[in-house]
Amino acid sequence: MSQQNGTIASNVPAQSADMVVENGVPTIISAGGVNVMSGEEKLHTISILVENRPGVLARVSHVFARRGFNLESLAVSRTEDVTVSRMTVVVAGDDEQFKQIGNQLFKLIDVIKVIDHTRDDLVGRELALIKIRIENAQMRGEITQLAELFRANIVAVDPETVMLEVTGKADKVDALQKMLAPYEILELVRTGLIVLTRGPKQT
Amino acid sequence: MDGAEALLESLKREGVDALFGISGGAILPIYDALGKQQDIWSILTRHEQGAGHMAEGYARATGRVGCCIGTSGPGATNLVTAITDAYMDSTPTVFLSGQVHSANIGKDAFQECDTFGITMPIVKHSYLVKKSADIPRVVKEAFHIARTGRPGPVLIDLPKDVTEGMLPGEYEYPESVNLRGYQPFAPAATEQIEAAAKLIAEAKQPVLYVGNGINAADAADELMRLAEKLDIPVTTTLLGRGAFPGGHALALDMLGMHGTAYANWAIHEADLIIALGVRFDDRVTGNPKKWAPNAKIIHVDIDAAELGKIRFAQVPIWGDVKTVIGQITEKVAPKKHEVWNGKLAQWKKDAPLTYEKTGKLKPQFVLEEIARATKGEAIMTTDVGQHQMWAAQYYNPKNTRSFITSGGLGTMGYGYPAAIGAKVGCLMGHRPDTDVWCITGDGSFQMNIQELATGVLYDIPVKIAVLNNSSLGMVRQWQKLFYSKRWSGIDLAKCPDFAKVAEAYSTTGITINDYDEVADAVRAAQKDPGTVVLNFLTDAEEDVYPMIPGGKTIHDLVMDGSGKTVPVGGMKKEEVEAMVEVLETATASEYAGEWNDDLKSGQQKI
Repeated sequence: MSQQNGTIASNVPAQSADMVVENGVPTIISAGGVNVMSGEEKLHTISILVENRPGVLARVSHVFARRGFNLESLAVSRTEDVTVSRMTVVVAGDDEQFKQIGNQLFKLIDVIKVIDHTRDDLVGRELALIKIRIENAQMRGEITQLAELFRANIVAVDPETVMLEVTGKADKVDALQKMLAPYEILELVRTGLIVLTRGPKQT
Repeated sequence: MDGAEALLESLKREGVDALFGISGGAILPIYDALGKQQDIWSILTRHEQGAGHMAEGYARATGRVGCCIGTSGPGATNLVTAITDAYMDSTPTVFLSGQVHSANIGKDAFQECDTFGITMPIVKHSYLVKKSADIPRVVKEAFHIARTGRPGPVLIDLPKDVTEGMLPGEYEYPESVNLRGYQPFAPAATEQIEAAAKLIAEAKQPVLYVGNGINAADAADELMRLAEKLDIPVTTTLLGRGAFPGGHALALDMLGMHGTAYANWAIHEADLIIALGVRFDDRVTGNPKKWAPNAKIIHVDIDAAELGKIRFAQVPIWGDVKTVIGQITEKVAPKKHEVWNGKLAQWKKDAPLTYEKTGKLKPQFVLEEIARATKGEAIMTTDVGQHQMWAAQYYNPKNTRSFITSGGLGTMGYGYPAAIGAKVGCLMGHRPDTDVWCITGDGSFQMNIQELATGVLYDIPVKIAVLNNSSLGMVRQWQKLFYSKRWSGIDLAKCPDFAKVAEAYSTTGITINDYDEVADAVRAAQKDPGTVVLNFLTDAEEDVYPMIPGGKTIHDLVMDGSGKTVPVGGMKKEEVEAMVEVLETATASEYAGEWNDDLKSGQQKI
């Protein structure tokens, strides 16, 4: 794993060509979207461990909103401890602003921990469901091939549609989405990024 | 025991002896319980905003947590300004709001509003109580959060069924709180104290820049020991007034936009700034990049998020300012800064706060008389505007917690209710035998003038000095300086006769027109056992100086209405004479024009 720039890209293998293969799965790096930012702004991934209480999400998101930050990705879930929820947030901003956000988040009473993953060795995943219109058997075959190539699962089939489920880093999902562009994507939904650090270190 | 009784019992356990507020439908159970007990003084105000500011004034004067209550819907929204004010100025307060019956929440019921949501960005923490049984724990946590760490407002939203409902078991007040996500502060590391001591030992021109943190932590004595041991001059922020006594040889008085020239010059030439309980507000630093350009910074604050927020600190120390000052004082060797303090003493002589005691009654003269009559021992509250700045300049409180003003939010209408709250704190024995004065303006006073009824009804004597220039003076000053005197929205002519208003509220009012009436009126107010309104008709053309316009630097400091900038350290008389011709080439209108350009290009922060 390379550690460069503190961007999301820093948490994926070093890539120079347009397409590389990780774990046997092709990844297109140049796909536009969440991991390409302009200027001084960088993407930061943070985990926020919070009390599992009403209003916590609003409090946390407000810290970002009042400073004009747009959350690139947000995932909230339960954890191994039922009283604790984990928020995984991807946000763009310069380091200075980001530090301030971290400090302000930490001040919230319901926030137990704020962890900046800029320098962490991470496993990060998103999940997407993609529904595609099928016009004929040949098209279904093509989609099935693409799914295999990306290790995506076909989770629903009917005469008119196919639904794919794909898991991976954002750029992998971006890549599949790009490859599906010639077809008619009826609906698409993606979860936010979730991450854990590799090894015994706590995320 | 029902929820309302449990609430009051819990408030008592937290030491609440006065509750400011207005009753209403959703808090009928609480007011019913209030009527059945004697321990908490229930003070019915005339507007919830007034109740909120009273709780703030009580807290700022006494160091205890101020508490107030409003009903659901409009009662809660009327509290919003006070909550924000308490948040900006870190005032330990607990705001109770009624809420509709739980079953009606979210259904647009009568007098329902999302109080929890509306107040989320302006509270240190908040609770929407779901069960009567939770009340003791919530109150315990709320007061703990409000008073520890960086103090602030905590809101408790109480649905009617929760205060009406019975507790399932015996009432039990928790001994301790369990908040794993809340760490008020960490003890300062020895290395940090050593690093600070090293910088202090090396410094030749140090300045202590202190703020509300000193008042909030009751660390004025510690500050005095540190300043005297190290012979370092002290400048206070607006909210830090009272943290260091004016008139002391090391006192540089207030710094910032309307601070003294010598305080701002000292900051500019300092090689070390020891910042204690301050947040480098824009009204202090103007342009933070050019502020104190030669200084290293030791920044002590209880809020870690303030360290390095505006200005990089060579030694940031997260901790309780009282403890940290003690640690530093112990670590450092005594020092003398004769050359540096000699220079500052000269500047104090060269560029004192002045005004011309001619023509119409000058507001500064009124403040000097009040300062003389009260010997700086009274608690002073102010509203917001020109009178606030003059009060900060000309009233030097001797004691900590004696200058109570709305700094961060700048809330007009704050002063009089805050004075009532402060006086209630005195009457309850927390500041015995202390007079409370409210310095206000004709604009600010009218924003919460209705509280005269509260003050008079409950016999809470406050001396109110209205510096009445029949206009929104501070806005007028900016229009004069930066908008070529295009007056707009500042004329308060036909404002009521405040002396007669006082009489209408069954108390004393005196109108003062001229210099020779001031001392007598102030003395009369002091002798009067009740609330007195002194209506000083002052010169509307008088403006607040010195001034460093917003977002600007020390080089833009002007001492008077001429608009001429004064170089750091001032000028000797012959230099001034030599400069006159050069300076006069820049006319006042050009000066204003330049500012208008800056405003348009967005460089100017207002």
